Amino acid sequence: MTSLFNKKYILFLLLLAFFLIICGCKTEHRFIKKVSFKGNQIIEVIFAGKVDERWATTISNFSVNENTDPDIFLEIKSVFLKSNKSKLTIQMNEPLNTVNTHTLAIKNIITEGKNIGTALVNVKKLYFGYLISILMGAMLIQNYVFVKYLGLCVYLGVSKKKSTAMGMGVTFTIVTVFATSISWVLYQYVLKPYQLDFLQIIIFIGIVSLTVQGVDTILRKVNPILYKEFGVYLVLVISSCLILAVPLIMAASNYNYLECFMLSSGAGLGFWIALFLMACVRERLELAVIPPSYQGLPIAFIVSGLFALSFMGFSGMSIF
Amino acid sequence: MINREQTKTQIFLNGILNENPIFRLALSMCPAVGISTNVMNGILMGISVIFVQFCSSLTISLIKDYIHPRIRIPTYTLTIATWVTVTDLVLAAFFPVAYKALGIFVRLIVVFCFITCRLDVFARKNPVFPSIVDAVGMGIGFMVGMIAIGGVRELLGMGTLLGYDVLGFRPVLFFVLPASGFFVVGFMMVIFNYTELVYNRRRKQRNVS
Repeated sequence: MTSLFNKKYILFLLLLAFFLIICGCKTEHRFIKKVSFKGNQIIEVIFAGKVDERWATTISNFSVNENTDPDIFLEIKSVFLKSNKSKLTIQMNEPLNTVNTHTLAIKNIITEGKNIGTALVNVKKLYFGYLISILMGAMLIQNYVFVKYLGLCVYLGVSKKKSTAMGMGVTFTIVTVFATSISWVLYQYVLKPYQLDFLQIIIFIGIVSLTVQGVDTILRKVNPILYKEFGVYLVLVISSCLILAVPLIMAASNYNYLECFMLSSGAGLGFWIALFLMACVRERLELAVIPPSYQGLPIAFIVSGLFALSFMGFSGMSIF
Repeated sequence: MINREQTKTQIFLNGILNENPIFRLALSMCPAVGISTNVMNGILMGISVIFVQFCSSLTISLIKDYIHPRIRIPTYTLTIATWVTVTDLVLAAFFPVAYKALGIFVRLIVVFCFITCRLDVFARKNPVFPSIVDAVGMGIGFMVGMIAIGGVRELLGMGTLLGYDVLGFRPVLFFVLPASGFFVVGFMMVIFNYTELVYNRRRKQRNVS
């Protein structure tokens, strides 16, 4: 039984890796092996063979634009050909927004005296790295509690004990992922095709309440022990702004399903981290000597402020 | 169940003083921390909340006889969501700059606890006019809280009020930082608690002597 499970698991991982590789390294021209970003300002092109040096150092042969606005060409500062004549680096004048896909047009590639035509290539980050950066972004860099200030009511209410914080964190992550997935399907296949975007607030809040109710009913029937532990938090989840904010942000940024999944799980995990950190501090605060007018909510707010300040340190971080 | 002695003025002041949503109930802290960097945001947010609370209280108190008690919470949520959609679209169409400043928080009025709370506690049980008075009082209470926090942050951070230069210099730039919202709310609560403590102590001493 276990070996079967393992096999399935490995197969799944292989499929995932294959899928990611397919997504990550796609070029549209047979002579160009690889195009990638090197840092903020440099695009690196690797050709399958040697190219002509005079052709390669002429800037007008290259043009770069963002995929979303094809009429705005970005300024190229200089082009270098490495000594093996098959590796080319294009230095841009201004930093690129590497999150977006860029189109690189290479005109009349000349190799060994022959003109082999014009190539249009898409430059983008490795898809896996992009997904991870969405996850980390939602979890740490744009932490929903400390940087975006959402879901504070639940955060202040539940973070009194470590055990409750853990329970709430788990429940919250699961419900967020479920609710956002369902609202993604509805948004992409019903609201957007029929131009019903203006109904998104009503639809999303309905979906969130329904998901919470559904999880509540299923959990009560399937696993009563777990229900006893987490049932209390399920009702609280609805009253948090965060659970509505994630589908709204998802709808605004037009993500596909994988990205939407990463965003929602990142939001849930970020909330969990915030709750757990706060619960640790508040358990210590129980024993500390606090002036009477600071007791309760005020000291909790000040501690959250310190956390928010330290979370500002994550801003500007980029992993891939 | 409205007390016969409770006049309209008392209902109105209840939302501003005794049950102020921000300082007393500590509900809906998200906008109070998130977008209270200046007074203007507070006023805009306050107006939107007053509008939503007014319209939903009106709706609920008009149709209260037809709502089955078991489905009352979904009814409240859908009513509020409808009026929030109206506010959202109107703001986006006529005040695009303000809409951008408020960001996602306009849409999140749906999940503000105190609006649902007022519908359940007051509008469900009372006639139309007292409900409207209560709604406006509650909304103004929220707006006062937002303006107070925004005023402190704008005055200390930028040295201005409503965009007009008051101090002529920037005292503590820290208060413009987003993280300072937590500190300002925390310290304002401390001031309220301290006043209450001192007041109670004085009264006790007076009673003893």
